[in-house]
Amino acid sequence: MKPRVGVLALQGGFAAHAAILQRLGVRVDEIRTAEQLAAVDALVMPGGESTTMSMLLERSGLLEPLAERLDGGMGVLGTCAGMILLAAEVVDGRADQHSLGLVDITVRRNAYGTQIESFEADIAVYGFETPFHAVFIRAPAVERVGPGVEVLARHEGRPVLCRFGRATVAAFHPELSGDGRLHARFLDDL
Amino acid sequence: MSGTPSSDAAATGGTATGTTLVKRGLAEMLKGGVIMDVVTPEHARIAEDAGAVSVMALERVPSDIRAHGGVSRMSDPEMIQSIMAAVSIPVMAKTRIGHFAEAQILQALGVDYVDESEVLTPADEVHHIDKWAFTVPFVCGATNLGEALRRISEGACMIRSKGEAGTGNIVEAVRHLRSIVGDMRRIAAAGDEAELFEWAKQLQAPLPLVQEIADTGWLPVPLFCAGGIATPADASLVMQLGAEAAFVGSGIFKSSNPPKMASAIVEAVTHYRDPEILAKISSGLGEAMAGLETADLTTKMAERGW
Repeated sequence: MKPRVGVLALQGGFAAHAAILQRLGVRVDEIRTAEQLAAVDALVMPGGESTTMSMLLERSGLLEPLAERLDGGMGVLGTCAGMILLAAEVVDGRADQHSLGLVDITVRRNAYGTQIESFEADIAVYGFETPFHAVFIRAPAVERVGPGVEVLARHEGRPVLCRFGRATVAAFHPELSGDGRLHARFLDDL
Repeated sequence: MSGTPSSDAAATGGTATGTTLVKRGLAEMLKGGVIMDVVTPEHARIAEDAGAVSVMALERVPSDIRAHGGVSRMSDPEMIQSIMAAVSIPVMAKTRIGHFAEAQILQALGVDYVDESEVLTPADEVHHIDKWAFTVPFVCGATNLGEALRRISEGACMIRSKGEAGTGNIVEAVRHLRSIVGDMRRIAAAGDEAELFEWAKQLQAPLPLVQEIADTGWLPVPLFCAGGIATPADASLVMQLGAEAAFVGSGIFKSSNPPKMASAIVEAVTHYRDPEILAKISSGLGEAMAGLETADLTTKMAERGW
């Protein structure tokens, strides 16, 4: 049976993720409450503002149920802000920003600067035969990778795509360039 | 993408900044969020604390611009920089319609988005800014679909309804959203190409953009709402009418309890389809801003722009 995938829809680029997943033939639910989270098998945490999402996770009563599901081994794909929320350590975040601490990496928010430094580039992704076109929007940078974390892609030496157990995190936006390979791999791994 | 200038061709392959994808990409990330007007670093911090996805740095909120009168211009760069230093979320700033020199200065300051805004006094009564010429992305207001498509053809990467800024009256934003979304629905249902030619003519908009709407049912850039949002219910209303995020100007810092109103509107944009949650977050917010009847206005900001 095909997995039922949720896209965290508190804020951010959830619609673009949902469109790609639907194209790949899975049922996609928008997740804004704990009840909705309980109904899905895996979760995509999109880009957006990590500070906003962190507050909305708490105010919407999602923080604890989400942490429990992640501890229980639910598959998760976190992009940009999603990666920040899943990281063990965040540099330049807000003091009250929640971290789910699932992936043992250190990320720096807005590491590349403001929007005029945002960019797109082709990157080599482990296991893909041709380059992946990656879009970096006010992107975070991975500054430390803990033991057991696989680095699947780099840009100019910096890790930009990592996998740790059932979690995949990207500093860029695979949902924006129309290439469904990362989402397809995420679904295959479930 | 239609209307994309040739400079984007350089994007395929190597590392490229300021491309259409990168500019529209930030708008994509602001969806489901609230962009708040702020006039001081303290306001900006309150906005960020409340969960704003971005702040719009300006010298006076629109209701004060109305009250103050005179020519309204781009804000003092020092003020914009102090707000950029105060928060970690994206910072936007406004330029007058057609005032590309102000926009160049805003880009040099490193703001994240430029709003070519009817809230300021227009600098050019015929031309809007050539927004393709910039690395920084632009948002523009629109009252109808033709205006939205003209702005996109000039390089705007986000469209917002104009509403009637500074009134706390949602009626104009509702009119603009219904007009834009309704026309997109009608274009998507068009019978043949000949009808699209006629739509392009009627809307005074480029045919390729009309054809793109016929294919996708939506603008090639995000559609946000601005102008007159004063309560969580207003935010829910415009989201249900098709807006993908909300700009809130005077509605927050002219209410009796700005931090509370700000976080309530943030939650309302997320849970816009859930009346039970909306009932909870709408309770005990204090006074919303005092509103204005739009029929009584001497200056209609929404009429600025061509």
